[in-house]
Amino acid sequence: MDALTSFGSELFGVAWPAVWTLVRIVAIVLPLLLGVAYLTLAERKIIGFMQVRIGPNRVGPLGLIQPIADGLKLLFKEIIVPGSASKGIYIIAPMLAFAPALAAWAVVPFTDTLVLANIDASLLYIMAISSLGVYGIILSGWASNSKYAFLGAMRSAAQMVSYELAMGFALICVLMVSSSLNLVTIVQAQQSGMFAGYGLNFLSWNWLPLLPMFVVYLIAGMAELNRAPFDVAEGESEIVAGFHVEYSGMAFALFFLAEYANMILVATLTSILFLGGWSSPVGFLPDGIFWLFAKMAAVLFLYLWSRATFPRYRYDQVMRLGWKVLLPICLIWLIVVGVWMMSPLNIWK
Amino acid sequence: MDFQTLVFYFLSAILVYAALRVITARNPVHAVLHLILAFFTCGGIWALLQAEFLAIAIILVYVGAVMVLFLFVVMMLDINIDRLREGFWNYLPLGAILGLVMVWEMGMVLISRNLQVPAARAAVASGVSNTREIGALMFTDFVYPFELASVVLLVGMIAAIALTYRGRNPSRKYTDPGRQVFVKAKDRLRVLQMPVEKD
Repeated sequence: MDALTSFGSELFGVAWPAVWTLVRIVAIVLPLLLGVAYLTLAERKIIGFMQVRIGPNRVGPLGLIQPIADGLKLLFKEIIVPGSASKGIYIIAPMLAFAPALAAWAVVPFTDTLVLANIDASLLYIMAISSLGVYGIILSGWASNSKYAFLGAMRSAAQMVSYELAMGFALICVLMVSSSLNLVTIVQAQQSGMFAGYGLNFLSWNWLPLLPMFVVYLIAGMAELNRAPFDVAEGESEIVAGFHVEYSGMAFALFFLAEYANMILVATLTSILFLGGWSSPVGFLPDGIFWLFAKMAAVLFLYLWSRATFPRYRYDQVMRLGWKVLLPICLIWLIVVGVWMMSPLNIWK
Repeated sequence: MDFQTLVFYFLSAILVYAALRVITARNPVHAVLHLILAFFTCGGIWALLQAEFLAIAIILVYVGAVMVLFLFVVMMLDINIDRLREGFWNYLPLGAILGLVMVWEMGMVLISRNLQVPAARAAVASGVSNTREIGALMFTDFVYPFELASVVLLVGMIAAIALTYRGRNPSRKYTDPGRQVFVKAKDRLRVLQMPVEKD
């Protein structure tokens, strides 16, 4: 690594830090986009398996080139702008949906040292950036000047604002017990504990002492992503396709990319905050980035599984769950954790 | 001029432009969008001052939550721009006075530095978490103002609910979710046994 740094600074001079950062950004974004592409394939295959179908198997061996074919098709399609749309915002909205999904990755750590920007307040940064994703959806709905798109946008805005509260409280509990906003420190705090002393590291991770918060975070994450069973913003059977009903070609594909990139992001955050990130589940195995990927895959599978299992919630049920069930649970558990930490039984010293 | 100054002027230019567009945009939704841009740029300027907690907090609170609700409301309103502009000349004197007072106040702050009044400066050493410092100050030195502010916010929240809550009207069709959950198929569906009709 040092040899690379010295070689680079010779070659590029003062511009080297910028070039190096760009290289690292590409090294994160390219695998991410590839992951998004193959997540769509995995979703279709897994749901196909659960519904006793075969799923895509025509393009390439086992249908492995299907996502590339889909991407190419969308790339070459015409982008149609409705006559009465607010043109500028209509074009910007998909970008606004996609940009936060990428920007949040700037602070996501993959191992103790492998992180693009190891800033102090990385958890806050992720909360702030992921709360911007809703604008893409609201603005696309408004700018399309269509009833269905507007209804979808309104639903989505209300839903995301309600579930952000529950999600925020779950995160507050995590940062209370690890007394840090830094994601690397949060993972390191989970690596020690009573059970970790016995070699059973997976019982020391945050999911066990914060079990209600873990469940709340999983549910709220699913709702924030507008994934089934919380996909009232799309609601095909009621409002056609919701906010992106007027979009075609690459503009539509950007919404799609944003949704899947966000899925991977929330899965990563769940793994980092509650499942110990890159730490290995048992003492005798080494820590490593593959544990993080394995945990992400497990959480992503859970999302796909729930899409194949649960029917869509009615809109009022979504609101009730967010405000009357998840929020009180969060408020109570916040106090429980606070009291627990002040009591002699505190396990997070 | 170093790079940081360049970034500062770049962000400031965007901020001033966005703020101007908030009051000049004809379409209220465009005005709200420019206000969002202004908040976002403001967060950028604070980040330049190394006040990372405030920078992220303004984006999280204002851009991520408050403005979403604002946009939500403004989108639903049917605003007639011409009627809004009718009283422009009547309100101009009041608005001009308020504007002048604000300019005067800002001028005072800016001039006070030249008059040797020590201005508040960010005195956080590097390596110290900004968030931790603010938290410690908020719960030690400034605990009473902080608690007071939260009580005021709570009162505001309850007041908003009290203003809009009309009470539960028994004549309105209202379904109790608790009872909904416990519904069984037997309660809704009656299976009849009928003899087969034969001609």
